[in-house]
Amino acid sequence: MSIIETRDLVRDFKRTRAVDHLTLAVEPGEAVGYIGANGAGKSTTIKMLTGILKPTSGTVRTCGIDPMRDRIGVARRVGVVFGQRSQLWWDLPLRESFGILAAIHRLDPAAAAARTDRLVEQLEMGPQLGTPVRSLSLGQRMRAEIAAALLHTPELLILDEPTIGLDVLSKQRLREFLVAERRERGTTLLLTTHDMGDIERLCDRVLVVDHGRLAFDGTLPGLAATVGAQRMLVIDLAEPSLDLTGVPNTTLVESESGGLRQRLAFDAEATTAAAVLAHVSARHGVRDLTIEEPDIEDVVRRIYAASGRG
Amino acid sequence: MSSVAPCACPRPCPVKTFWLLVRAGFRRHSTYRLALLAGMTTNSVFGIIRAYILLAALASAGASIGGYDASMAVAFVWWGQALLGTVNLWGFAEVKDRVRTGDIAIDFLRPLDPQLAYLAGDLGRAGINLIGRGIPAILLGALLFDIAWPPSGLSWAAGAVSVLLAVIVAFAGNFVINLLAFWLVEIRGITLLWMITGGLLCGLYLPVPWFPDWLRTVATWSPFPSMLQQPIDILAGRVVGAGIATSLAIQLFWVTALLALGQVVLRAGRRRLEVQGG
Repeated sequence: MSIIETRDLVRDFKRTRAVDHLTLAVEPGEAVGYIGANGAGKSTTIKMLTGILKPTSGTVRTCGIDPMRDRIGVARRVGVVFGQRSQLWWDLPLRESFGILAAIHRLDPAAAAARTDRLVEQLEMGPQLGTPVRSLSLGQRMRAEIAAALLHTPELLILDEPTIGLDVLSKQRLREFLVAERRERGTTLLLTTHDMGDIERLCDRVLVVDHGRLAFDGTLPGLAATVGAQRMLVIDLAEPSLDLTGVPNTTLVESESGGLRQRLAFDAEATTAAAVLAHVSARHGVRDLTIEEPDIEDVVRRIYAASGRG
Repeated sequence: MSSVAPCACPRPCPVKTFWLLVRAGFRRHSTYRLALLAGMTTNSVFGIIRAYILLAALASAGASIGGYDASMAVAFVWWGQALLGTVNLWGFAEVKDRVRTGDIAIDFLRPLDPQLAYLAGDLGRAGINLIGRGIPAILLGALLFDIAWPPSGLSWAAGAVSVLLAVIVAFAGNFVINLLAFWLVEIRGITLLWMITGGLLCGLYLPVPWFPDWLRTVATWSPFPSMLQQPIDILAGRVVGAGIATSLAIQLFWVTALLALGQVVLRAGRRRLEVQGG
């Protein structure tokens, strides 16, 4: 049984249709990136998945439950973090928020204590346990939010913009934790983000939503391939050379410094970086090289452009 | 996959959850000690002024007015001042603000009834206010004036229950007012109306039995006397015997009615909820 299932899901607001006949399924154990521009319908979908928002039409099942009918049943099995809202008690030390949440979820006290200790250790929050939540830094608070969402060991973790506003190091720690948590427990993950690093590090499947419709469903490399995004081989040659025009299955994009650095775009389906390199190094002395992967933001832009949106 | 399963014993757990939320409310409000002290001081100053005004009124009237003699009138004033912080007459804005900002969504993401959760928090708030503001105020009143104490152990016990019910009535009423934010952009006007009407009809300024007939009738049919006048009458010894049972029954009616109304409005609000952005 799918852990998330929507069929012909529609949600209208006063003037706009935020979600437009969305049909999707997520299987247990998957890590899915849900991406799209602001206003594409990401948050609206999540709100309907968790029973906060009533669909205009269509059906939603989260963990097999209709969230509008049994909000509490869904809440027991799903952990949610809205990056811009807090589920912690602002005036109280962090430790007490965990205690109250454990009681709200009716966890066995011994098991709750063990789970809290483990999360605190993994997320390195020990020193902050006695600090009132209002005094935590954004990075500390976000780690605390994720721990709070995972305290009841949900089957499904939904993160809405979890890394928004975080510095590089904080993002890194959060991602590493999520990878470890998923490896350990097989928690299903649904993640919305504008940060492609999140998707690359955490997700094995990508859903692109545009105007409330599903514009793409597949792997990240597949997404790049769909819009014909190409990889780029940047070659530094030992001596200035003529433009490398004759290399099979490649296009010369740029040649700098009299041919010392040349950029060759190639389609990953048609050839490999190794074949391109072999062809070039048979004719020229190669000093250095780098490979540039397609920029996913650019890929999403191209999907939107293809569907007639700027 | 999961080693921490929700416990299979639903019986003791909801009570424990509720109790923990009460304690959290207590702790949250106890962090603002200076506010408690300021509140206590204000309540006491007004207590002294109001007590002298009522005593002057009684002196000019002769003996007693509406069943209040001098020591009962003083008790009326000081219990009123003492319970002013405990019973949340002036209302709260937390739920309204959470509806407006959309943070109410977080409350719906918990396996818990939001009304019960907020009630628990408010009982905790009432507890710290009773200890930090109420008891010191009544002790000061007793020190300065000749106060009528509850005439019996039963009156003390019934008074305590009545105070608890008063806290719940005030909470339940304010909760409904807060929820109107689901439909209205700004509820400040309604809150103000509630405060003015409530302040008058609950018997804070003057005892309800002193009202002219028509106003007393209005008050009797409103939930406001259940928030202050009724517990005070029991504690001041004006209402005794079978009157206590009637008084508690009326409070219980308003607790039930307003909490039920809150549930209906909360359900309707949830269906209407449009959390924008984020």
